Amino acid sequence: MTTATAIRRRSGLRPSTVLATLALVFTTAFVLLPIAIIVFTAFKPVAEVNAYPPTLLPTEWTLDNLARIMQELPFARLVLNSFIFAGGVTLFALVFDSLAAYALARMDFTGQRVLLVAIIASLMIPFQATLIPVYQLVSQLDWVNTYAGLIAPRAADAFGIFFLRQFFLALPRDIDSAARIDGASEFRIFRSIVLPNAVPALLTLAIFTFVNNWNDLLWPLVFTTESEMGTITSGLTLLTGPGGIIPYGVMMAGSLIAVLPLVIAFLLVQRRFIESIATTGLK
Amino acid sequence: MSTQNHIVRRYRPAAPLGGRRVAPASRQRSITALAFLAPALIILAAFVAWPALSALRLSFTDASGFGKEEFVGFGNYVEVFTQPDILNAVVNTVWYTVLFTPTAVLVALGLALLLNNPHLPFRSFFRTALFLPFIVSLAVGAFAWSYLIDPQIGLLNYWLNGLGVRIGNVLQDPVLAMPMVALVAVWKNFGFYFVIFLAGLQDIPASLYEAARVDGAGPWSRFRNVTVPLLSNTFAFVVIFAMIAALQAFDQIYVMTGGGPYGSTQTVVMEIYESGFRKLELGFASALSYVLLIATLLLSAAQFVFFGRREKDLS
Repeated sequence: MTTATAIRRRSGLRPSTVLATLALVFTTAFVLLPIAIIVFTAFKPVAEVNAYPPTLLPTEWTLDNLARIMQELPFARLVLNSFIFAGGVTLFALVFDSLAAYALARMDFTGQRVLLVAIIASLMIPFQATLIPVYQLVSQLDWVNTYAGLIAPRAADAFGIFFLRQFFLALPRDIDSAARIDGASEFRIFRSIVLPNAVPALLTLAIFTFVNNWNDLLWPLVFTTESEMGTITSGLTLLTGPGGIIPYGVMMAGSLIAVLPLVIAFLLVQRRFIESIATTGLK
Repeated sequence: MSTQNHIVRRYRPAAPLGGRRVAPASRQRSITALAFLAPALIILAAFVAWPALSALRLSFTDASGFGKEEFVGFGNYVEVFTQPDILNAVVNTVWYTVLFTPTAVLVALGLALLLNNPHLPFRSFFRTALFLPFIVSLAVGAFAWSYLIDPQIGLLNYWLNGLGVRIGNVLQDPVLAMPMVALVAVWKNFGFYFVIFLAGLQDIPASLYEAARVDGAGPWSRFRNVTVPLLSNTFAFVVIFAMIAALQAFDQIYVMTGGGPYGSTQTVVMEIYESGFRKLELGFASALSYVLLIATLLLSAAQFVFFGRREKDLS
């Protein structure tokens, strides 16, 4: 860029930038509207929730809806289930995926390529398509309505293996070949050299896995039939289903609690998280 | 381009290790590698590979969870494409994909282009805010949208009325219900496609734009001759990715319409859930699952054709 254009472009607001900003402000407000309505409605008194004309902000703030949602469902239990399910899947998948990814990326052995192709092939199978046999298997193991049934089928994941493999491949090999010459075991290299260098990738995969499982609806609907064993996501849908019409205010209070842990976790790491999911989708 | 850097980075370190294959400890190494792979392979074999084969077998039977399973040949598949209810779910899923994919992709692309302007204020705020719906569950998003468009007390409905737009009871309208549930999915998912486009745009070297400018290219010409060709790979990836996601439509439909009104939002995955887990028609639901599986595989295969060049450098 020449100095002249650089100066011209830095000084003052260009009309196109002003228009772009306005368009983004408007779009962002619209995109955030459903999230805002959850937050504000959760604190609205019933009369205001059902008032016409409707308003975005409550004039009077109340905790009644939050108190009521605690009674509507085994609510604390569902939140706990969500943490155990999403956390358990994340923990197991991270360990198993990174072990497998290490072997595929950093070791050399017969059949490596075949295995890699098989794992990529399994990546293309949507879980909805295998749900019936997986359910039969979980049912034969007597794992329906258990944490094992929710977690075990997802304890390893082709996407996670592939994602971590790509990251491990990009790490320099000089240190681990030196360590190997010094007689370090593969597990030692994995644990002490590769994993510490892969923290950003592991963190991204962890959040991605946690969010996906926390938010999944079909999976807990299928593998839990007792409401006590559902997740917060599947539990909330019981309130809207047949015979379960409950006030919007209470629904929004439940929704608020369901999204809060994710929003907090996301906002803590958002920059790195967005950047790494944006690029790893492609590379 | 960064792809090339990526390949160089990947291959450079391997050089000092040349000749590892003939090392005497290769058998030992295979055993070690297998130990690393075993936990993941056992899970994937038990809960992905075997079920995929099992679903294929079931799809040729009349399995119902009770009694003996009889082989019925292609009977279930014939039913999928002839029984009006089921054909309706297949057609609806295609319609949903047609509504969802271009909308989500174009919204994401448009916003990424807007945000790629380096003079824009609050860029990281906009990026975070626009991405936020992606971490909200589709089910919870569906509750919020249902309230916003409630015909009596919905805020969005009220605002639209103020603008003279009367949408009525959208979720009870057989024509509008499907666009509405597709819109909710667009709202949830565009942020993901948006950040992928943004990364793709930022991968385009600024020097190319500068060179085009020196050559006298205006904004449109720069977009047409620099951005479009260099973003086309990203675009193809996002389109296929969005189509695969669209084929799996379930959550917000389950919450908002339950497949109604009059089956107008019934999709393939809704039907798999209902026939497989409510009516226990396991054979039939498996055939429908395989239709979904094959559609997904075809789209993934298209993705591999597009990205074949990249995949060649796998190990």
